[in-house]
Amino acid sequence: MKKLLLAICALVPLFAFAAGPSVQLDKANNDLTDKESLKNGFKTYINYCLGCHQLQYQRYNRTFKDLGIEETDGIENYMYTGEKSGDHITNTMPAKEAAKWFGTAPPDLTLEARLRSPDWIYTYLRSFYMDEKRPFGVNNTLFKDVGMPHVLQDLQGVSSIDEHGKVSPAMGGSLTTEEYDIVVRDLTNFLEYVGEPSKLERESMGYKVLIFLFIFFVISYFLKKEYWKDVH
Amino acid sequence: MLTNFMAWMDKRLPVTDAWNKHLAQYPAPKNFNFWYFFGSLAMLVLVNQILTGVWLTMSYEPSGDGAFASVEYIMRDVDYGWLLRYMHSTGASAFFIVVYLHMFRGMMYGSYQKPRELLWIFGMLIFLVLMAEAFMGYLLPWGNMSYWGAQVIISLFGAIPVIGDDLTQWIRGDYVISGATLNRFFALHVIAMPLVLVILVFLHILALHEVGSNNPEGIEVKKKKGTIKPEDQSKFTFHKQYTDKYDIVDAIPFHPYYSVKDIMGVAFFLFIFCWVMFFAPEGGGYFIEAPNFEPANGLKTPEHIVPVWYFGPFYTILRVVPDKLFGAVAMFGAIIMLFALPWFDRGTVKAIKYRCTLHTINLIQFVICFIVLGILGTKSATPLNNMIGTAASFGYFGFFILLWFYSKNEKCKPVPERVSH
Repeated sequence: MKKLLLAICALVPLFAFAAGPSVQLDKANNDLTDKESLKNGFKTYINYCLGCHQLQYQRYNRTFKDLGIEETDGIENYMYTGEKSGDHITNTMPAKEAAKWFGTAPPDLTLEARLRSPDWIYTYLRSFYMDEKRPFGVNNTLFKDVGMPHVLQDLQGVSSIDEHGKVSPAMGGSLTTEEYDIVVRDLTNFLEYVGEPSKLERESMGYKVLIFLFIFFVISYFLKKEYWKDVH
Repeated sequence: MLTNFMAWMDKRLPVTDAWNKHLAQYPAPKNFNFWYFFGSLAMLVLVNQILTGVWLTMSYEPSGDGAFASVEYIMRDVDYGWLLRYMHSTGASAFFIVVYLHMFRGMMYGSYQKPRELLWIFGMLIFLVLMAEAFMGYLLPWGNMSYWGAQVIISLFGAIPVIGDDLTQWIRGDYVISGATLNRFFALHVIAMPLVLVILVFLHILALHEVGSNNPEGIEVKKKKGTIKPEDQSKFTFHKQYTDKYDIVDAIPFHPYYSVKDIMGVAFFLFIFCWVMFFAPEGGGYFIEAPNFEPANGLKTPEHIVPVWYFGPFYTILRVVPDKLFGAVAMFGAIIMLFALPWFDRGTVKAIKYRCTLHTINLIQFVICFIVLGILGTKSATPLNNMIGTAASFGYFGFFILLWFYSKNEKCKPVPERVSH
């Protein structure tokens, strides 16, 4: 038995090596209950992202409802191309043409936060740097040779990287680094929401169900005890 | 009124008799422990899968173009669709967890030994059909991991000489996995497999009630008729089918004793189940894998193609064998070994506590190997992982071979006549 335990202990460290190398992601620390942040993220998404990236599984009116936006206000301030409020959040970019322009068609982002994690999105949008060799003059440290231009360059500016891989802060944007980080965090927050709109409802229901089950377990325990009195 | 109705029914169908035979007067050993919850829990999960499955089917669209979007439609637009989907996806993993524990219980207490071989075989058939059911269900969300996972598993059949290529094409219904594959998997997943599964579960329980339940002591509670003094027999009333043939000791009626106990087990299980389902439905990326949030794409492979965790042990055995055909043979062999377990074990003492120390060690090493194989199945195939996997595969098969040798003339501890409680 002791030998066996020893053998198990000897095996444990091997699994540490089994995991592949992973890139360090910055924590987004976003908060799904922060409606203002979600609204800002929604706005940024409509203004900067939607032109290329659809949210084809998510509807406008569902988003309005969940984010606490009045429908009339939503139609006026968040919908620019005359859809109905029950429509999915889509664009009119032809996928084939887009593939020609960018090398690959820009993916739908409805589930991006679940596919890659919110932290990934947060890190990615803060990892562009100047690279003359790329068609749009920028590259990304997290997603090497990405086909996408730095769409938020007006806000962040662009950072540069020297031959030793040292990153210098972004220059020439309209926002400070802190302000830019907040914009990206709000956007990340919004994308996490869009990935699973029912997440908050799921968790709040979860607490109620667990409390019920706990009480049910206690009752069933005493019921069992009562019945089993006559078993010897 | 009700009595009259039951009398009317009983004249036409043995309802009361069946109720008594299988529940209210079924003699269950009184010493069931923790491990005996998993049979009823497996039934609970089966019912959960069938019910949630029916409702998911109402909104799911089995086509290459519509499947992925329809799952997101269920997640967003169907009332409580997200709950149904998570109950079903978490249920799939929970099914394997309880079934693996249920099988381990059988191995630990020798519940596969004579006269319960057929009971074990039915159980193994359930396991096999369950794997097919889960595999086909896994394709239906039409995510990228669904697609490539199915690709890898179906291509296994291509390893069979001569007919391999035609066979894989026949399974897929196309040259590649496509909408045609999705459609037939859907049909099999929602109709054929569940039907077979339910019938097998029915047979599993009938066979169990014919031979009677084993228990942690591995001591039969049904003794030869006329060998037990009346005052030593169980004081409860049992169905005459059992008492006509046997004197029954240390047993209690399944209902209400084990029905109330199982309700307690159900509450405990549901607590853990709901915890995962409501707060971590992706199960840390094991129950719903991240690449499945991207639609199936035949031109883009996920970084690591790995099957769902519950296929891990068998997948690793497949992978550590360098030759594809022999790998597939080894993988199916691993399942066949389990089928043949009642004949590998030539011993007569059932419960682990009365068997030799070597058996305990052998079983522990088997469990460790099984878990290690499972973990490796979800990791990429590095040379080191393959080395550990090979060792664990030897441990897996070694369990059965060793058992065959030492069980013949095993030095067991004396088994008492009666169950101690």
